[in-house]
Amino acid sequence: MTARVGVVTFPGSLDDRDAARAVGRAGAIAVPLWHGDRDLSGVDAVVLPGGFSYGDYLRCGAIARFAPVMAELVPAARAGLPVLGICNGFQILCEAHLLPGALTRNSGLRFISREVRVRVESTVTPWTHSYAPGQELTLVLKSGEGAYVAEAATLAGLEERGQVVARYVGASPNGSAAGIAGVRSESGSIVGLMPHPEHAIDALTGPGEDGLGFFTSAVRTLAAA
Amino acid sequence: MTGTPSQDTVAQAAGTPDRPQPYADLGLTTEEYVRIAGMLGRRPTDAELAIYSVMWSEHCSYKSSRMHLRQFAEKAPRTAALLAGIGHNAGVVDIGQGYAVTFKLESHNHPSYVEPFQGAATGVGGIVRDILAMGARPVAVMDALRFGPADAPDTRRVLPGVVGGISFYGNCLGLPNIGGELAFDPCYAGNPLVNALCLGVMRHEDLKLAAANGPGNAVVLFGAKTGPDGIGGASVLASASFGDGTESSKRPSVQVGDPFKEKLLIECCLELYAAGLVLGIQDLGAAGVACATTELAAGGGAGIGMRVRLDAVPLRDASLGPAEILMSESQERMMAIVEPEGLDRFMSICGKWDVEATVIGEVTGTGRLEMTWHGDVVVDMPPRSAADEGPVYDRPAARPPGQQELQGDDPSRLARPGTGGELRASLLALLGSADAADKTWVTEQYDRYVRGETVLAMPQDAGLIRVDEHTSLGVALAVDGNGRYCLLDPYAGTQLALAEAYRNVAATGARPLAVTNCLNFGSPEDTSVMWQFTEAVRGLADACLALGVPVTGGNVSFYNQTADAAIQPTPIVGVLGVHDDVSKRLAIGFARPDCGVVLLGRGEAEFGGSLWAHVAHQHVGGRPPAVDLGAERNLAAVLAAAASEGLLAAAHDLSDGGLAIALAECCLAGGQGCAVRLPGDPFTSLFGESAARAVVAVVPGAEAEFAVLCASHGVPATELGVTGGSTLEVVDCFTIPLDELTAAHLGTLPALFG
Repeated sequence: MTARVGVVTFPGSLDDRDAARAVGRAGAIAVPLWHGDRDLSGVDAVVLPGGFSYGDYLRCGAIARFAPVMAELVPAARAGLPVLGICNGFQILCEAHLLPGALTRNSGLRFISREVRVRVESTVTPWTHSYAPGQELTLVLKSGEGAYVAEAATLAGLEERGQVVARYVGASPNGSAAGIAGVRSESGSIVGLMPHPEHAIDALTGPGEDGLGFFTSAVRTLAAA
Repeated sequence: MTGTPSQDTVAQAAGTPDRPQPYADLGLTTEEYVRIAGMLGRRPTDAELAIYSVMWSEHCSYKSSRMHLRQFAEKAPRTAALLAGIGHNAGVVDIGQGYAVTFKLESHNHPSYVEPFQGAATGVGGIVRDILAMGARPVAVMDALRFGPADAPDTRRVLPGVVGGISFYGNCLGLPNIGGELAFDPCYAGNPLVNALCLGVMRHEDLKLAAANGPGNAVVLFGAKTGPDGIGGASVLASASFGDGTESSKRPSVQVGDPFKEKLLIECCLELYAAGLVLGIQDLGAAGVACATTELAAGGGAGIGMRVRLDAVPLRDASLGPAEILMSESQERMMAIVEPEGLDRFMSICGKWDVEATVIGEVTGTGRLEMTWHGDVVVDMPPRSAADEGPVYDRPAARPPGQQELQGDDPSRLARPGTGGELRASLLALLGSADAADKTWVTEQYDRYVRGETVLAMPQDAGLIRVDEHTSLGVALAVDGNGRYCLLDPYAGTQLALAEAYRNVAATGARPLAVTNCLNFGSPEDTSVMWQFTEAVRGLADACLALGVPVTGGNVSFYNQTADAAIQPTPIVGVLGVHDDVSKRLAIGFARPDCGVVLLGRGEAEFGGSLWAHVAHQHVGGRPPAVDLGAERNLAAVLAAAASEGLLAAAHDLSDGGLAIALAECCLAGGQGCAVRLPGDPFTSLFGESAARAVVAVVPGAEAEFAVLCASHGVPATELGVTGGSTLEVVDCFTIPLDELTAAHLGTLPALFG
């Protein structure tokens, strides 16, 4: 059975097309999911793509959290459905309290679009297990509010439980606490990532193919389940 | 409901022929006002006056340029590729495999000086809607920018705002920004140039036109509500100079953009098109409802008219009256012609995207544009009188008094670097000058990755977008301009701008196909400026014919001047090319060692308007480099063939700063150094700006085949050396470590702008 991975489109989602392409390259079927439908179409996993859902009004991801599709997604994710939130998707996962912490304005106060090196710190998630621990990847960072912040106790807990999925190599480009580029839920099935793996699946249109592993990891996990 | 007092109706206008009207404040001359009254057979109502004032403004009517722009059609090379040409929202070009692309450059100069962030943002929004209105999905944006001196305080206000506005709007729309250009000169202080380009892709059958047809069909206004933004912007802002004593009435009228609304509008329109529900469509830009209604009605052919209920327009500010509604430049709005039986589906698709849509009128067979306000007729006019029959001026033009002296002031008198050490220092100074410095500070604020089709983006010679993932068909785009060259000789300078963009597109391996332009000039009421303009247009039309690439559309921006001081004439030329296989694209970087470095083309001691003269001596004088369009064609043919046959590892056009800057950029972009031996006088070889040249890295083993290719096209090829190492070495002259080049190149803009 070919895995079916849902890609949610909110009003203002921009990288939904790229996420669907990455899912397809990884060998799964990308299933478009609409923000206004309380329906996950029976998918095996979900990607919340990047963009400016609802125009980033109020706070990034703050309104998307209340979309009808989220009413289905939140309990399913809590029950173990693999979910990957990229950039704005990460912000939505934080706003929905599926992941701890929050994303705030870049320390340089400007939007940053650049290729960044990140180190994979946790490979126990369905989205990262095909990487080697400590493996360095080149992905694309493009965000204005990408600085990961959390209370000191939360950060300490994340480190203690190995919930930091990826960390920027070298100085944090946006002021993220402890150079955090991505985190996971305690169970590992939910991952939020600020840099974009879906823009790094083909050397013709991005920095290389390092990002494809997030999607092939999920496809392999689902095939094994 | 509304606090608006009773309005000036058609009946009142007929009964009060002598009532004074503020036509002069709206930018109309007495002659124009008299002509309007003649066309109507009475004085215009206030609402009609609003329509004429914006439609007959320089910005909308091209009244000072129109008679010259005709050359673009008259001299157009014969081509079957043009599906829609000049006069539409944007030109449409066949690129094969059933695909068409549409692209256009447009200025938003004046608003970007007044309010840099919103001015630039809404400039992007406006050109994107133009592309959308042709039936295409917008897929990429670019921008050409000019500012005053990089270290001037006002540039620190204007530049970050403009870049932030472009970043904000383009990024939120999910459109990759794939390139552009940025230059500085004191002449742009107070008159920055913000020219935005958008590229759209469609299937041939998706082409849409701005035409209202079929009496009884509905006129639907959809998108944002109408507010008091930018009222009179078209007539007053874009058609008068700053500094002539009336700023207070002009400066506050910049529109405010909401890219989230525009993103929804884009997706909504594309779904409406796909459902076959749109018979005709027009975006609302400058002149808003006035422009959209008159152009749709005028586009509908003989006998077509339109009846519009202005009180049905959804308002953000209930106090607006008919004239203000007509002139409002509120952003993110479109107007469509829809068959009554399709209205329910139309409304339901708009609902899906949360886009407000309102039927505000219907197409008629009366040949009149009629508008009512709570039942009273406030407009009753032939639509073409506003859209197509505006005034056309043959403005007097005269060669500027100092032109001969300017051309006689040859840079050969300037002190030149002679020793290896001096040449080395000159290279570093040029490479670190604001004009040639690394532009990452700007481009890092733009998303180039979204949509996953960007094959090349800045700092490459051209942007390259894949159109079809399965066939690898793509399009390359470059925009170029050089105000110094155009000041010295607007005819040749404009041809050089075209040649550079053409060469940049060719340097990716693409075949140049079509041209757009944005003509930025001072006041057309100045005979010197008008001479510059006529020379530029003539030069561009002649060169397009010679290169076989038609102009598909463009934009004119006059009045870029403060008091008597006009900007350098700055036509920005965009060239679009087709790439048959984007996987074979050429990039500028020397990324592998042991490749032969070859200079294509012939170099002469040409320094008029050069970057070296500008940076080293703040000098502009003499003549620009000679134009050789035959050589440009041959060079482009060599690059396309070499790319397709896989003979080259890199290619970079030579322009500002000549071979020296090109080699430095090749090394920095790819990470490999090179060692080269100059073919002649070191200073001329390094910094001369002769056109029709490129530097390439030849794949090891392909040298002989490449030499034959060059010879067969008559392109001079000079072997300079080889790639590799960690220095840029000019044998017997100087050596610069790449780290030192990087430091000189990267540090400038961050040091200036934080």
